[in-house]
Amino acid sequence: MDKTLNQKAWFLVLPVLVLVAFSAVLPVMTVVNYSVQDTFGNNKFFWAGLEWYAEMLQSERMWDALVRQLMFSGIILAIEVPLGIFVALHMPKSGFWSSFCLVLMSLPLLIPWNVVGTIWQIFGRVDIGLLGYTLDLLGIEYNYTQDIFSAWATIIVMDVWHWTSLVALLAFAGLKSIPDAYYQAAKIDQASRWNVFRYIELPKMMGVLMIAILLRFMDSFMIYTEPFVVTGGGPGNATTLLSIDLVKMALGQFDLGPAAAFSIMYYLVILTISYVFYTVMTAMDKKEG
Amino acid sequence: MTDATIQTLTAPKRRAKPRFRVKTSTVVMSLYLLFMLLPIYWLLNMSLKTNTEILNTFTLWPNDLTLANYATILTDPAWYMGYVNSLIYVVLNTAISLMVALPAAYAFSRYTFMGDKHLFFWLLTNRMAPPAVFALPFFQLYSSVGLFDTHIAVALAHCLFNVPLAVWILEGFMRGVPKEIDETAYIDGYSFGKFFVKIFMPLISSGIGVAAFFCFMFSWVELLLSRTLTTVDAKPIAAIMTRTQGAAGIDWGVLAAAGVLTIVPGALVIYFVRNYIAKGFALGRV
Repeated sequence: MDKTLNQKAWFLVLPVLVLVAFSAVLPVMTVVNYSVQDTFGNNKFFWAGLEWYAEMLQSERMWDALVRQLMFSGIILAIEVPLGIFVALHMPKSGFWSSFCLVLMSLPLLIPWNVVGTIWQIFGRVDIGLLGYTLDLLGIEYNYTQDIFSAWATIIVMDVWHWTSLVALLAFAGLKSIPDAYYQAAKIDQASRWNVFRYIELPKMMGVLMIAILLRFMDSFMIYTEPFVVTGGGPGNATTLLSIDLVKMALGQFDLGPAAAFSIMYYLVILTISYVFYTVMTAMDKKEG
Repeated sequence: MTDATIQTLTAPKRRAKPRFRVKTSTVVMSLYLLFMLLPIYWLLNMSLKTNTEILNTFTLWPNDLTLANYATILTDPAWYMGYVNSLIYVVLNTAISLMVALPAAYAFSRYTFMGDKHLFFWLLTNRMAPPAVFALPFFQLYSSVGLFDTHIAVALAHCLFNVPLAVWILEGFMRGVPKEIDETAYIDGYSFGKFFVKIFMPLISSGIGVAAFFCFMFSWVELLLSRTLTTVDAKPIAAIMTRTQGAAGIDWGVLAAAGVLTIVPGALVIYFVRNYIAKGFALGRV
């Protein structure tokens, strides 16, 4: 749609601007402020320059958390995206069963994040949880509070359980937008099932899939509550992801300077990825419009 | 080839197989839904058991069905006020988000103006900002203006990610409304306000519903900020759940019951938005 030039439209966006400035710009500026200052208590601050940044960049703790974070995001994307597409391809296209599946699949998406953690905390326990009990019965060594592998497996399966439906729902929305004529043409050409997927369904799903992948990447990159409830970052530091580490540093130890420098770098990474996200989205909008 | 020949060709084969063939899609979907529902079922199962049964025997369904866990929550103000607190700030947040997002989304969908693209992008970055980064500054900001431990503080804090979301979703829906409608209304002498409320809003009512649902949902599921900003008076249910960890160990039954009760609001409204869920998660871009 061609839009008219109207500078007065600024008045319409003004409320949003004021509100988000209050809840985003002010806090970010506070963080920036802390990141360049040091304190000996009593609210006396002095200029520390980029010291904290240098310290954080050399801190093994942050790099370890970053590596764990990238590993976590990488693994869950590698599972959730193919699984989500697979599920979407098998969903009933219309009618009662379609709604039925949509409603049940969406259920995990609407559960408060700490309850998601609680559900899996219970489900995985060897004494009272179905999953832990069954694994124990099968003679598989499983204990998510002590064993690193079990802890990782639990938080990954939990995330797959929690968010695969999002990928599936978006892929399904993409699939539904493919006109029947495409499939009829493929039938005439006697295209194999794989070729139909490769040359018709996948390209048509690409747009929504990009959104799904980027959303999942971003959200997994700032995950906090669910793994915190299940493992608390342990055993040791094995599941301490970026946000968990940051909250520990800022609210637990009150190390304001390093925590603030950490926050800013964290935020810059997110900002960069957001930019990719935005570029992809606007490119898509243009293609459609 | 006629249908008859196909039938004769395939008939012997079919007899060898069981009466009806189960489709692979059905199997896949059943397995997936089982995976989705099993953990939730387990929570429900535990919430209906007594603690003795939970800890001493392993049962797949409650042998000794009890509603005592739910009774504990629904009769103790320290518990149920958590739900009330959560609902208050969630509703406040939804109302604020929609009120500011509606005009902004209209501006983005209809007009170009200086810096509009940058502004739109900047809004998106807030949806993507990690709450962990904001936890500490929010704590200090709201303490210094005297709003700490109030519902409005949490509602405002959640605007951080809900306002951008609402703007994006609403803009997606508004773009679907032809511009000729606006122009006709202006020619007919409607003022902007009157046109917006009387004509435009009813046209995008489903979009408003979806945006409201998503604001409600994201505010309801968020815990980090709401927990940081409250201590007693506005403490959300999600944070109260840690109470079950007493000296005598964890009260599993009550914890499970509290969990089940937090799923209910989402489960109730999901049916109405089932066809828009993908659109909402994709920020209105599907």
